[in-house]
Amino acid sequence: MLCKIVRRLAAIAGIVVLGGLLSATLVRLAPGFDTDERTFDPSLNAESVNALRQARAGEHNILHFYAAYLRGALHGDLGTSHTLGQPVQSLLRERWPVTLRVAGIGLLLGWLLAATLAFSACLCQQRAYDLFGTALSGAFLCIPAAVLALLSVILNAPGYLAIALIVFPKIYRYSRNLLDKAYTLPHLTAARAKGLGEIRILLWHVLPVVAPQMIALAGITVSIALGASIPIESLCGLPGIGQLAWQAALARDLPLLVNVTVLVTLVTLLANSGADVMIHMLRPREA
Amino acid sequence: MNAARTLACVVLLAVCGVCLTADWLAPAGYAKQFREVPGSPPSRQHLLGTDEIGRDRFARVLYGTRISLLLAPAAALVSTLLAALVGGLAGYLGGIWLRLATSFTDLFLSLPWLFLLITVRALLPLNVSPLLSVLITFFILGTLGWAASARVLSASADSLRNSDFVLQARASGLRGARLFFVHVLPNLKPVLYAQFWISIPVFILSEANLGILGLGVAEPLPSWGSLLRELEGLVSFREEPWRLVPLVLLIVVLISFQLVLSNEEVTA
Repeated sequence: MLCKIVRRLAAIAGIVVLGGLLSATLVRLAPGFDTDERTFDPSLNAESVNALRQARAGEHNILHFYAAYLRGALHGDLGTSHTLGQPVQSLLRERWPVTLRVAGIGLLLGWLLAATLAFSACLCQQRAYDLFGTALSGAFLCIPAAVLALLSVILNAPGYLAIALIVFPKIYRYSRNLLDKAYTLPHLTAARAKGLGEIRILLWHVLPVVAPQMIALAGITVSIALGASIPIESLCGLPGIGQLAWQAALARDLPLLVNVTVLVTLVTLLANSGADVMIHMLRPREA
Repeated sequence: MNAARTLACVVLLAVCGVCLTADWLAPAGYAKQFREVPGSPPSRQHLLGTDEIGRDRFARVLYGTRISLLLAPAAALVSTLLAALVGGLAGYLGGIWLRLATSFTDLFLSLPWLFLLITVRALLPLNVSPLLSVLITFFILGTLGWAASARVLSASADSLRNSDFVLQARASGLRGARLFFVHVLPNLKPVLYAQFWISIPVFILSEANLGILGLGVAEPLPSWGSLLRELEGLVSFREEPWRLVPLVLLIVVLISFQLVLSNEEVTA
């Protein structure tokens, strides 16, 4: 078990480092990377312009930049943002709680709504109710995240509601399919024949069957919520990591974008790995 | 084929048909400005009114739908071909190739799709001609959206590699490209079709997201993304409900795609 965890952590570290390198390479190759708007300022003299150019000279060779970045990161220095002029560490520290709150509440609400609808559809076994859930999730599945963000701005709704409505249809569809399959298992017919109530069947015989897949889905929804946070935070004016990523990409801010990519990759991988560990812990031990 | 699926097919065909006749239905085109009636409500001349700079909204919806519905399948084709190349070949070759391909797809899948898409598009030039912006947008969708399909295809090809008929073909002396193209690839067709169809609505939605953020198709060329961007200035749904038409159309088309894709195909 310990060996597996160590191997998994090593794989996560490898993917995170490669993800950062990939993002650094993309920024370096992006057109307009070399351009610093400040050098066009007529009030700056030649020395200042040269100093600005020298400050970014270390970013020209991407491997050198990335090696220096990794060395700095190991010592707790994540570099300084070119556009915002602040240490990346303090920017991430300021912005992360906003994303954590918006994505966290959104995920919680999305799961609550989807699970309530899916489980109650299974319990009441009415076609009209099932159809309502399917139609509702189908409609939200077809609305782009950015439109939900715009609608939340127009309706003065909080940003986390948009995240909830983005993750809700995916959770509902998947869990409904899982529950449907679980309800066809033969031991449930036997349980019913023995007189077990529907709630007891759901809690004792259906939930343990679907739990591993639901936990895996929980890991995936973290990734969906983080991805959706870019359009939502940008359009709703929420100062979180999504908005920071958006600003960094538009300004070709290499240190900032590399750090945001590393952070997002790390969180996504940790969420999925956490789900895997939970599934492993829930799996019944073989004799 | 059940009734809902038939209805979905009819809706999709009708939408495609109407969009293909856009030149005839809206002869003024998507860029012509009617400067005397900017931001006007629906009328006989302008069925969905005009936008802030006086362009006919009905014409823009028709042309925009045409662009999105033509280019999303093109992007899906690119991504499916890439997935077949990376996933199919890696699964067929197995061993180190499969491990390498799996690690590479893991790297792509570890980044949230929207994050990757928006970041890469924002890094590319935004001040380009409308036609180039269309090509860049859908090329990005095609080249970044292959990872999930490649994972499915590599798993399918891996199982085919050890199947009886491939072993028999190997025993008969068939090797390399001939074995892959004659025996493995035809058996991957159902998975390829499923991945292609699944990718289309995903790419339509992604283009819409990019367009709303101003990273999609450049003006004056319309697409669903740029049409939905108009919602930004919407104050009240009750006062201007016709401005929701692109969103309603998008939802109808995507629901139709969902219905057309039966469970069997999706899980193939």
